[in-house]
Parts: sequence; C-alpha cells; structure tokens
Amino acid sequence: MWKWLHPYAKTEATYKLAGQLAPWFLLVGAFALLIGTLWGLLFAPADYQQGDAFRIIYLHVPSAILSMGFYSGMAVCAFIGLVWQVRTCYMAIVSIAPIGACLTFIALWTGATWGKPMWGTWWVWDARLTSELILLFLYFGVMALYASFQDKLQGGKAAAVMALVGVINLPIIHFSVEWWNTLHQGATITKFAKPSMAPEMLWPLLLNIVALAILCAGLVCRRLQNEIFLREIRRPWVIKMVKKAGVK
Amino acid sequence: MQFASIGEFFAMGGYGFYVWMAFGISFFLLIVMWFAGHWQSKLLFSKAQQELARAQRIKTARAAKKSSQPDNS
Repeated sequence: MWKWLHPYAKTEATYKLAGQLAPWFLLVGAFALLIGTLWGLLFAPADYQQGDAFRIIYLHVPSAILSMGFYSGMAVCAFIGLVWQVRTCYMAIVSIAPIGACLTFIALWTGATWGKPMWGTWWVWDARLTSELILLFLYFGVMALYASFQDKLQGGKAAAVMALVGVINLPIIHFSVEWWNTLHQGATITKFAKPSMAPEMLWPLLLNIVALAILCAGLVCRRLQNEIFLREIRRPWVIKMVKKAGVK
Repeated sequence: MQFASIGEFFAMGGYGFYVWMAFGISFFLLIVMWFAGHWQSKLLFSKAQQELARAQRIKTARAAKKSSQPDNS
C-alpha cells in the first residue's frame, strides 16, 4: 500500500488523480442524491408522529454524519502531513474544510427547520446542537488559519495542528445525546443495533448518505485540483499543461 | 407515491414551508459549491495563460530591442 500511496505525495500525481476522479464522483453523486431525495420525498411513507416534516431527515442525517466524517478525513490528512511532512496533505486539508463547513451548515440548517415545527424552536443551546456549531467554527478556524499565513507551508502546518486538536470534538458530538439530557433524539441508525426505522424509510436514507459522500468527495477533488494549481503555478508541469491548452 | 396531487406534494402535510426551506437552502449551497469549483479552475487557468503570454511578450520585446541596438563592443 505504501508503494501505491507514495507517488501521491507529488502534487502532479495527485492533481491528475483528482482530475480523473472528480467528474465521475460529481456525476454519480449528484444523480444518486437526486434519486435518493426524490425517493425520500415522494415514496417513503410519512411518519406516524411527525407526518411529512420527518422527510427533512433525508438531508439532515447524511449531512450530519458526513460533517463528522469529512472532519476525520481532514484530521487524517493533517496527521500524515505533520508526521511525514507531506505538503500535498496541507492542500487536502484546505480543500476539505470548506466542503465540511458546508455540510455542517446544512446539518444545522435542516436541524433548525426541523426543530421549529417539532420542538417549537429554531435553536436551543443543547449539547448536540452546540457541539455541532463548534464543529462549524473549527472548520472556519482551519480555513482562517491557513488563509492568514503568507507562507502557505507554515499556514498548512498551523491548520493541521488545529484540525488535529479539534478531533476531540467528534466523540463529544457523537455521545452528546447519551452523556447529557438533550432535546435532540438519539441515533436512528447505528452500526451495532438494528435501525429504529422502517426499511421503506431507511433505504432512501442510506442511499442519500452514500450519494452525498460521493458528491462531496467530487467537490473536494475539484477544490484540491484548484489548490494544487494555485500553489504550483510556476512549476514546469503546470506551465506545460497550460501551454498545451493554448496561450492567449 | 405518497401524495395524491402536486399540490399535496408541495404542501407536505402542512409542513411545506419548513421542508422546502430545508431542502432549498441545502441544495442551493451544494450547487453554489459545485459551480464555485468549476469557476475557480477556469479563473486560475486563464490567469496562468495570461502570465505565460506576458512572459512571451517580454521575451520577444527584449529580443527585438537587442537586435535593433548597434553593437558597441
């Protein structure tokens, strides 16, 4: 595996790989997300308690899970970058952060629009909601820290340290509904127990989780390409590529 | 199909406002991120192309200057 991974420390190899993956990820992800959402909106049965408002789950749960998943991915990149001094990893961190922030915002936003009709409030300072808001600020912090350094290598290191420190928030988010009394309900799907959801409702949810993951992976690939291009704009391989596309 | 008509679908059992607000803003954000990526890559490419063209112009201008000046040495 190391032999396979090693060439991707070079920015050129990563750029090409991301370029090959991005269009497929984007197309497949968008298509699957469309199917899953339509399935959830049109064909899944309404909840016996919450009626049709429960359909917000088809965006809320995927974005919430993935906001944490992309954060762990970012933290893994940060760790690799710091330990093995791989510059490409810092570029990956800053490409993941905005997409992760987007997912976190979607999770919070759909949560608010779900909370208003069900709990009677857009927002409460509840353990789950607050820790998810802190996750959003962690993403913003990583982006801001990277942007504030003139030397992007230093900025990447600082952002990586921040991303690693922020990992402490992930178990807090996950267990917040068990550790504290909260308004937020417990987990609907876990790896260990049978899901507390009817299969007709569950399948579109699972599809949407996978679809959103693929779509966001595609978005990250695009951003990663752009970041590499921007940082390596004076390198021979970039100049060669631009020349090939034609000079204005 | 859970809904008898389009109107019922948009009403979402009375929760239409909340459901469509959740889905609308979320998809809007995803679409913005989608186009932001494409737009940024186009911008970067044209920037690199402009820089290359500028470098080439400078090179040719220098060569022209050199050839027009009398050789003093």
